[in-house]
Amino acid sequence: MTELRGWREIPIGGMILEAGNSVEYKTGGWRAFRPVFGEAKCIHCMQCWLFCPDSSILVDPENEKMVGFDLEYCKGCGICASICPVNAKVIRKAGEELARDDPRLCIRMIEEGKFQE
Amino acid sequence: MSKFEALTGNAAVATAMRQINPDVVAAYPITPQTSTVQTFADFVADGLVDTEFVCVESEHSAMSACVGASAAGARVMTATAANGLALMWEILYIAASNRCPIVMSLVNRALSAPINIHCDHSDVMGIRDSGWLILFSENGQEAYDNLIQAVRIAEHPDVLLPVAICQDGFITSHALERVEIYDDADVRAFVGEYKPQWPLLDLEHPKTYGPLDFYDYYYEHKRQQVEAMEHAQRVILEVAEEFNRKFNRNYGLFEPYRLEDAEVAVIVANSTAGTARVVVDRLRDEGLKVGLLKPRVFRPFPAEELADALSHLKAVAVMDRSISFGAMDNAGPLFLELAAALALHGVQVPMADYVYGLGGRDILPHEIEQVYRDALRVAETGRVERRVTYLSVRE
Repeated sequence: MTELRGWREIPIGGMILEAGNSVEYKTGGWRAFRPVFGEAKCIHCMQCWLFCPDSSILVDPENEKMVGFDLEYCKGCGICASICPVNAKVIRKAGEELARDDPRLCIRMIEEGKFQE
Repeated sequence: MSKFEALTGNAAVATAMRQINPDVVAAYPITPQTSTVQTFADFVADGLVDTEFVCVESEHSAMSACVGASAAGARVMTATAANGLALMWEILYIAASNRCPIVMSLVNRALSAPINIHCDHSDVMGIRDSGWLILFSENGQEAYDNLIQAVRIAEHPDVLLPVAICQDGFITSHALERVEIYDDADVRAFVGEYKPQWPLLDLEHPKTYGPLDFYDYYYEHKRQQVEAMEHAQRVILEVAEEFNRKFNRNYGLFEPYRLEDAEVAVIVANSTAGTARVVVDRLRDEGLKVGLLKPRVFRPFPAEELADALSHLKAVAVMDRSISFGAMDNAGPLFLELAAALALHGVQVPMADYVYGLGGRDILPHEIEQVYRDALRVAETGRVERRVTYLSVRE
């Protein structure tokens, strides 16, 4: 726990005068749903990397591959799963609604409480 | 060289804005403020100012644009009235809390409902606790002078708070008066160049305005605003002193008139103070010891100084152009705050409140005279018979 400073010692108006310090704020604890990566299905289009609001898509830049999620920061918003083109192309029966944790999906969203390694 | 012009209050304010030449003005038209920004828009179109004029779709957006521009590092001004101010309400707090030194001309008008476009002070009284500095102006000259001073007050490093300069809707805003307009260069020299300390557009030093602030730090940031308010009174006086010297005026926290040897006084802000002054002279001719105190600075409230100035009186009558519904005795906000100030500073003067002029109802000299005669009777008997009177309302 960092020591809390008094009102004379901090910038006025709640201003943050340094850049890049959001890495100090780990938001993974907010998560109710966990994204689970189906590596074998991934086409590495990087749509999830582009859309993730928390820069929580881990990539291997050398091989240009999506490799998983940074769960220290991922809030479980599910934007990656909804933007994933592989998810969108899962073949389903007429009128069938896909569950968010359907094993056919490339990025599945699983309730944190029900997640098992 | 200064020159005298026949100007409405709004035109005087627009002229001050032209001379100040702010970087950004974001505004939405609303009666009785409209002719301010309409006139200023002419100045922009005619190339008399360098201002970026942002036409927005509401006052909520106007104040939001002001906050954004101010955070970016611009000198920012706007103008509004009544329901427009009410629509800004959320962002008014954000402007003050983000420490944006925005200057606003506020043309006082009654709040709906029923809809009414004429003068009272219920609009400004709704932002008493928002963190804005609030100054009153009796006439076009004061609105002009106060607006010029407001820039310096708001931007002072010990303050960095937004300022609202009030004038009475229509009575001041639309009445032609003789206004001394100072030389453009003198006004520009007085306001100086704005050097923002933390501009967002300083790309070498990236920063964040308005982040999430929880129970661990929010309270400390509010304490900082208190500190700025405490500095504001000194800064207002310093700026006034410099202004008075340069432009031969006499601004302070409030303006006493024939108060020194008075036994009773009326406290009234904005245009009605002008009418009251005439009444004072008339009653003085009768040998009655009456005086007047016209508040200029309402936020921060100069409690101790007001208590000092009124401590010798035998009766005080406050005139409020708004009602604080459900407050003690359903009195007006000026009365309530002044009563608290006197009580806490040990000044025991019988006080009564006179609510007047709601929705633009005329206030006439004989009505103010009645207030003085009531106060003289209170001074004689030491007893206040009626705490709050709703002046000239029909029974």
